[in-house]
Amino acid sequence: MVAKIIVEGLTISYEGQPAVRNLALAVEEREILSIIGPSNSGKTSFLKTLNRMNDFLPGFKMEGRIALDNRDIYRELDVLLLRKRIGMVFALPLPLPLSIFDNVAYGPRLHGTKNAAALNAIVERCLKASYLWEEVKDRLTTPAFCLSGGQQQRLCISRTLAVEPEVILYDEPCSGLDPISTAKVEEAMRELKEKYTQILVTNNTKQAARVADRTAFFLMGELVEIGTTSELFTRPKDQRTDDYIAGRFG
Amino acid sequence: MGNPKIIQKIVFFLLAAATVAIIIPVALIFIIILVNGLPALTPEFLFAAPRSGMKAGGIFPALVGTIYLTLGTMLFSLPLGVLAAVYLTEYAKESWLTRVIEVAIVNLAGVPSIVYGLFGLGAFVMFLNLGASILAGSLTLAIMTLPVIITASREALTAVPKSFREVSYSLGASRWQTVWKVVLPNAVPGIITGTILGLSRAAGETAPILFTAAAFYLPKLPQSVFDQVMALPYHIYVLSTQVPNVPVKIQYGTILVLVMLVFIMNITAAVLRARFRKRKLW
Amino acid sequence: MQKRYFEKLVEAAVFLSGLTAVLFVILIFVFLFRESAVFFSRVNIFAVLGGRNWYPLSEPPQFGFLPLLLGSLWVTFGAVVVALPFGLAAAIYISEVAPARLKDILKTGIELLAAIPSIVLGFIGIVVLAPWLKNLFNLPCGLMALTGSILLGFMAMPTIVSIIEDSIASVPRSYKEGALALGATHWQTIRRVILPAALPGIIAAVMLGIGRVIGETMAVLMVTGNAAIIPTSILQPVRTLTATVAAEMGEVVRGSLHYYALFGIGLVLFVITFVINLVADLVLHRKRV
Repeated sequence: MVAKIIVEGLTISYEGQPAVRNLALAVEEREILSIIGPSNSGKTSFLKTLNRMNDFLPGFKMEGRIALDNRDIYRELDVLLLRKRIGMVFALPLPLPLSIFDNVAYGPRLHGTKNAAALNAIVERCLKASYLWEEVKDRLTTPAFCLSGGQQQRLCISRTLAVEPEVILYDEPCSGLDPISTAKVEEAMRELKEKYTQILVTNNTKQAARVADRTAFFLMGELVEIGTTSELFTRPKDQRTDDYIAGRFG
Repeated sequence: MGNPKIIQKIVFFLLAAATVAIIIPVALIFIIILVNGLPALTPEFLFAAPRSGMKAGGIFPALVGTIYLTLGTMLFSLPLGVLAAVYLTEYAKESWLTRVIEVAIVNLAGVPSIVYGLFGLGAFVMFLNLGASILAGSLTLAIMTLPVIITASREALTAVPKSFREVSYSLGASRWQTVWKVVLPNAVPGIITGTILGLSRAAGETAPILFTAAAFYLPKLPQSVFDQVMALPYHIYVLSTQVPNVPVKIQYGTILVLVMLVFIMNITAAVLRARFRKRKLW
Repeated sequence: MQKRYFEKLVEAAVFLSGLTAVLFVILIFVFLFRESAVFFSRVNIFAVLGGRNWYPLSEPPQFGFLPLLLGSLWVTFGAVVVALPFGLAAAIYISEVAPARLKDILKTGIELLAAIPSIVLGFIGIVVLAPWLKNLFNLPCGLMALTGSILLGFMAMPTIVSIIEDSIASVPRSYKEGALALGATHWQTIRRVILPAALPGIIAAVMLGIGRVIGETMAVLMVTGNAAIIPTSILQPVRTLTATVAAEMGEVVRGSLHYYALFGIGLVLFVITFVINLVADLVLHRKRV
C-alpha cells in the first residue's frame, strides 16, 4: 500500500534562509503522526508546506517532492482542491466573525453546497465529531466569538472536518488551552483516527506520547529520527532524541 | 535670558491664542450662515423653482441637480475605487508598480478642481460628445472622488485581520472567494463612511461642473442623463456674482441648504463609524 | 475548469481597476497637452510665458501668462505667510499642550473648517472679509490679493494643521522623554527636540498647503478682484491662473485661440501641482523610513 503522503528530498527556505534540509519521510494512512522538536526546527514550516499555505509567504522556495496518494502536490494537483483534501487547525483558535453554524458551513458553501438540509446535516455531524455539539446545539446562530477558547478550537476542528478532508494538520493546537479543553481535543483526535490521517506538530512531548502512533523528531531543520511513539520515547536510536525527550535541552 | 518657566507660559498662551484665532472665525461663519439663512428655509423655498430672475422663489431644481450629480458620482467612483483598493491590498505584491499607483493616487488628489473641469470639458463634453450633461459632470466628479474612495477602502480592507484570510485559504478558497466572502463584508463599514465623506466633498464642488454640467437656469427638471442640470454650489456662485440685487435671505438660504447637506453627510458618516466600531465582531 | 476561468477574469478586472489611477493621471495630462498644444504651436512660447499682457479679447489678442502666474504666486505666498504661523502654532498646541477634551473639540473645529465648500467661503469673503479690509485700509474696494491670501490661508489651515500634527505625533516618545528627563521644560523640548524632528513633515505640510492654495478656484475668483495686471502691492486686485480659466471659459468660443490658451493655463497648473505633490510625497515617504 502506498503511504498517504510521501516526502522526498524536501528543502524549504525563506529569502534564502533554509528552514528544512533534505527531509524524507512517509505518512501512513489513518495514523496520527506527531512531530516534536525545539522551536525553529522547521516543524511548522514543514506542516505549512504540506497544504501549500507557505505559498503566500514572499521569498518562500521549496525543492524536492511531496506526494499525496502518489500525486505531486506542486506539479500535479490543483492547489484549491489540495487544501480541501488537507485541512489545517491553527495554533490559536481562529473563528470567523460569523455564527457558529456559518463558521462550520463556510467550507461546504465555498465548494458548492447550498441545500439547507445538507448543510444542517454537515454542521451537526462535524460538531459531534469534535465533541462540541452538546454544548452549542441550542445556539448555533450565536456568534462564534462568544465561545470559550477551548470551544472555539473545537469549532475550528469542526470547520476543517466540514470540507471532508483526508488529512488533518494540527499546528500546536492546544498551546493556548486549559487541560480540560486539551483533553477534549485529544479525545476528538483519537476518534477521528478512524477516517482521517492526522499530523500533529507539538511542543508538548507528553501530548505526543498520549496521542500519536508514530513520532518524528526534528532538530534544526533536519529529521533526526522517526518511529513508533513507544519506541522513540523508551529506546530512541539517536542520542539527541534521547536528550530532547529527557529535557536536557529544548 | 528669561526664566524658562515664564517663557513657556507666554509661549503656550500665544499658541492657544493662535488656535483660538482659527476656531473663532469658523464658529462665526456658522453663526452668520445660520442666522441669515434660517429665515429663508420655508417649504416653498425648498420645493419651488426660482422666479423673477432668481430674486424670488426657491431652489428646488438646484437641490435636485446636486442630488443627481452626487448619485452619479457614487455610481462611477464607488465600484472602481473599491476594486482598485482590493487590487492594492489583496492581489498586488510590493513592487515599483504599486508605488507608481500610490503616487498617481496622491497626485489625483492634488489636481486643482478647475483642471478637473477642463479635463471634463475636453474629454467628456467634447471628445466623447456627451455635451454638458449630468453624465459628463458625474464622470468628472467621479474621477475627482476616486482617490478618496481608494484610500478609505484600503484602510478598511487592511483593518480586516489577516487570520480571517488564512482560515479561508486553508479551507480551499480561492483569492476572490476569500475577498468576496470574508474580507469585503468586514470592510464594508469603513468603505461606506469613506465614500460618504468623499461624496460630501463632491456635492460642494463648483469648478468641476462649471463647464461639464451646470446651467444658469433651466425651466424644467432634467429628463435624462444627457440634460444639463442646476446645482447648489453653482447656484450660490450665480446668486452672489452674476445676478444683481438678489435678496440676502435667498443667498444665505441657498448657502445654508448646501452646508446642511454637506454636514448631514459628514455627521452620518461619523455616526456610522462610531456604531460600526461598537458592533465589531472581533 | 470554469472556476479557474472566472478567477482569471476577476484578477484581470481587479488589476485594471488598480491601474485606473495611473490611467487617469496620464489621460488628464494627455488631454491638457493635446488642447494646449494647439495654442502653443501657434504662438511664441517665450512670449507667452513671459508676456506681461493678458488681453485675450483685444485685436490682436495678447496671451501673456506672466500677470496670471504672478497673481497666483502672490496670493499663494501671502496665504502661506498667513497659514504657516497660525497652523504651526495650532498644531503644536493641539498635539502637545491642549488638555485631552479640549484637543477633541479643537480638532473637530478644524475638521469642520475643512468641510465647508469653497464657494461658501468665497461668499463669506465677499460679504464679510472684503468690506472689513476695505475699511481697514481705506480703499475704494476690498477685493484684492490680500483678501485672497487671508481667505486661502484660512482654507489651507486644516491641511497644514493635520499634517504637522501627524508629524509631531510620530516623533518617537523617547526623544521627548529623554529631553524632559534632562530637566528641559516642555516648551524647550518642543522647540529643540520635537520640532526639528518633525521638520520634514512641516515642510511637506507647507508644500501640500501651497498645492492646495494654488489650485483653489472659486474662493479666489470671488475675492481677488480679477484684474490681470502685474501686481506691485498686496493691496491691488490680481488674477490667478485658476480664476482666469473659471471666469473666461464660459464665454469663450469653442475652438478659438483663446479656448486653447485656457487649456494652456490648465496645463501649467497641472504641472505645477504635479511637481509639488510629487516632491511633498517624496519628503513624507523618506521621513517615514
